[in-house]
Amino acid sequence: MAATTEYGPRGSDVTLTEAARDVLRRAVGSRTGTAGDVGFRVLTLLCALAILAVVLGVAVVLVLQSGLSLHTFGWSFLVNRTWDPVAKKFGALPFIYGSVVTSAVALILATPLGLAVALYLTEAAPRPLRAPLAFGAELLAAIPSVVYGLWGIFVLVPVLRSVVEPALGHVLGFLPVFSGPAYGVGLLAGGCIIAIMIVPTIIAISRDVIAAVPQAQREAAYALGATRWEVISGAVLPFGASGIIGAVVLALGRAIGETMAVTMVIGNNHDISASVFGLGDTLASVIANEFAEAADRLYLSTLVEVGLVLFGVTIILNIIARLLVWRVARGNVGATV
Amino acid sequence: MSTLGVAAPPRPAGVRLLRRRLLDRVMSALLLIVTVLLLLLLAVIVGYIVVRGASAINFDFFVQLPKPVGAVGGGVANALLGTVELILLASCLGVPIGILGGVYLAEFGDNPVADLVSFMADVLAGIPSIVIGIFAYAVVVIPMHRFSALAGGFALGILMVPIIMRTSVGILRLVPATLREASLALGASERATILRVVLPAATGGIVTGVMLAIARVAGETAPLLFTAFGNEYWQFSVDKATAALPLQIFQYAISPYADWQAKAWAGSLVLIVLVVLTSLMARLATRNASVGLGRQR
Amino acid sequence: MTQLTQHTVDFGASDFPLSADQEKALPAPALHVPITLGAVSLGYNLPGIQSGLKLTGDVLAGIYLGDIKNWNDQKIASLNPDLKLPNTPIAVVHRSEGSGTTFIFTSYLSAVSDTWKTKVGASGSVNWPVGIGAKGSEGVAGQVKQVPGGIGYFELAYSKQNNISYATVQNKDGKFVEPSVAGASAAAAGAAGNMPADLKAVFPNPAGADVYPISGFSWVIVYQAQADQNKGIALAQLLDWMVTDGQKLGADLFYAPLPDQVVTLDRAQIRKITFQGKPLLS
Repeated sequence: MAATTEYGPRGSDVTLTEAARDVLRRAVGSRTGTAGDVGFRVLTLLCALAILAVVLGVAVVLVLQSGLSLHTFGWSFLVNRTWDPVAKKFGALPFIYGSVVTSAVALILATPLGLAVALYLTEAAPRPLRAPLAFGAELLAAIPSVVYGLWGIFVLVPVLRSVVEPALGHVLGFLPVFSGPAYGVGLLAGGCIIAIMIVPTIIAISRDVIAAVPQAQREAAYALGATRWEVISGAVLPFGASGIIGAVVLALGRAIGETMAVTMVIGNNHDISASVFGLGDTLASVIANEFAEAADRLYLSTLVEVGLVLFGVTIILNIIARLLVWRVARGNVGATV
Repeated sequence: MSTLGVAAPPRPAGVRLLRRRLLDRVMSALLLIVTVLLLLLLAVIVGYIVVRGASAINFDFFVQLPKPVGAVGGGVANALLGTVELILLASCLGVPIGILGGVYLAEFGDNPVADLVSFMADVLAGIPSIVIGIFAYAVVVIPMHRFSALAGGFALGILMVPIIMRTSVGILRLVPATLREASLALGASERATILRVVLPAATGGIVTGVMLAIARVAGETAPLLFTAFGNEYWQFSVDKATAALPLQIFQYAISPYADWQAKAWAGSLVLIVLVVLTSLMARLATRNASVGLGRQR
Repeated sequence: MTQLTQHTVDFGASDFPLSADQEKALPAPALHVPITLGAVSLGYNLPGIQSGLKLTGDVLAGIYLGDIKNWNDQKIASLNPDLKLPNTPIAVVHRSEGSGTTFIFTSYLSAVSDTWKTKVGASGSVNWPVGIGAKGSEGVAGQVKQVPGGIGYFELAYSKQNNISYATVQNKDGKFVEPSVAGASAAAAGAAGNMPADLKAVFPNPAGADVYPISGFSWVIVYQAQADQNKGIALAQLLDWMVTDGQKLGADLFYAPLPDQVVTLDRAQIRKITFQGKPLLS
């Protein structure tokens, strides 16, 4: 028998003498294609597909369980202001409003903050500080929502009530958005607490996006005599713009989904308030408050429909964000946050 | 004084440069200040929890049941046990699926299905946990006609899967190809290679990923509101409503009783300690990124 | 109630008698057994005004409708000429989830204010025109305690336990009465004589000089047909004890003892609990 030994990349055949092959086969069995291998591959594939099954399952279950509400109210569910369990009239507009306003406040506060920190971490910070600083940001991300809520009730809300809201009302009170009594709890409190919670998301993804900007861009700018800030504003940021927007969109998705901390500081009121000092509710917080005690089937199905809206919105935001980020920085970017 | 017809000469280059340098200094300072502010915020939050929580932690906190409404004293022992129970249940679901799914993506993942799965994992991670709670309610609570630890564990398990899958993929990809190739060259089957060579090499990282998932999920409250639901007493069966630490923190935080509020801080401290420890471990583990070599049995 | 439907608990307690729809939703017929009587206090947070705040039904409805927005509003001031009411906005607090206490309070508001009755109505869970929502009576008490200018409704026990000042409310006879055990008993006296067969009586704002107008029964709701004989007997005996000897213990938590006529009716009701068709107690 001819003996050829060709070593190829994993998966290709290695040719040995018959005798050698026999020895090996007796020792360890054959390599690929056995039932064990196929079975194992199928098992892991099934586990991977479980993710698809869950996402699809959630969508299907939400649609089915909210069927009664969808049937009864149709599209008017999204534009009606009344949420009246007694008269059995349900409209989710106040919660959509609450979610939009708190998320807007959160993004306005968190985006400059997060971007600034991300820039500092990647461009300006001294090397030994980078890891501890990044760890600090990770820590902020890992604190549970209910703990933020607790802190919000006893630290943030009193500060808002006695310092921030009166000050804002004093200076900018003529604007309807800063009018009204200062309770501390309310849309502004919700927005602030969400801002703190999404800053780590913005930091993490912006960092990856900024780091993915080719060094050549920076070096070219430096070579032309740019200052560090000019490199950032002229070379890095424009290059990473769509990725940073993706980070913001992802943070928005997270903001809309925040539940516990928001529930604890937003005042839980089913109304639409023009002022951020006013009370409100978000899509997530109304479910948290009322689901467990929702007594009749229609009430429950309206709450499930609120969940369906939440589901749809976050999925769309997530997809948009991933596409934007993927364009700039391919690969696993900030996925664990 | 300009001569007729000639425009004033441009500002000397020195001034422009000064301006640009000033802007650079200001912006750099701004970036630094903002970063410091954020760190300060983190310190205030964690500091508050540590200070208020530490003063409320005592032995009773860990071993006694809650006292009736308004009475001072007692503890949250049942909530601590409940959280452990829920984590165990969740891990039964989340850990195998997460690791094996991660194995698929890392080892067999060069195809469109794997890309779709990877994308969907991120999507799943982005679904608000309260929506997952509704899913668990419909799939477990309704057929069982009751709230249960099983329902809570189911919801938390689903939350764990994308985290564990993501970290497993990352770690497995770090295992050097040479290790696999050596195993295959020796005639081991694909399955044996993965199970006996690759996975053991990645064990440290995978365990860290699991711990991160556990820490993340231990603090989840929203999905438990209508799955595990909460309980005032000891409860050892998985098909009844169970107490959980985050649920207890929520209930105590919104109450008017100083004693309960103190316990909420104490519970938060417990969660924070868990979170900090696992984050530190994760950091240290990934620092030693040379996975596999030197870890042979 | 969710837990009773799910058989997670053996009996449910509620300040809110189940509606016909809700009874239909239960897997088996259930009995309502009034076991105690309580007053719903209006707690408030006005630094400097520890006690003595007088409110009428009209004013309360106005506050909860959002028509009266400030503590030194003319309507409140005219009731309390001797108090220096601050220029603070009223922070209204109510329950965010369904509750029997809400039912008692909104029944009262519906009885004293036609505007409230048409605009909002009486139920465990209503469409509140204004106000901060909080979870559980503890949550409402917590908010009232924390927010200066707050006002909220909760059982008397919560006011007492947390040192929250509470208002006196004007009853139908015109007197301002404090929430108390005596006030609640007086309120139930009239209803006791006219209890409906299913014992689901509510009595918002009844007539009587010593009546505290915002009071109500608390019921135990239990399945009529018990599945387990021993448990059923224990349950029936427990309920029997609760409506007789146990009544003395309610006072510590500021719950009032049941009127005698109600006790008699209760004992008859308890004897309707059966196991396999036979009454468990005689």
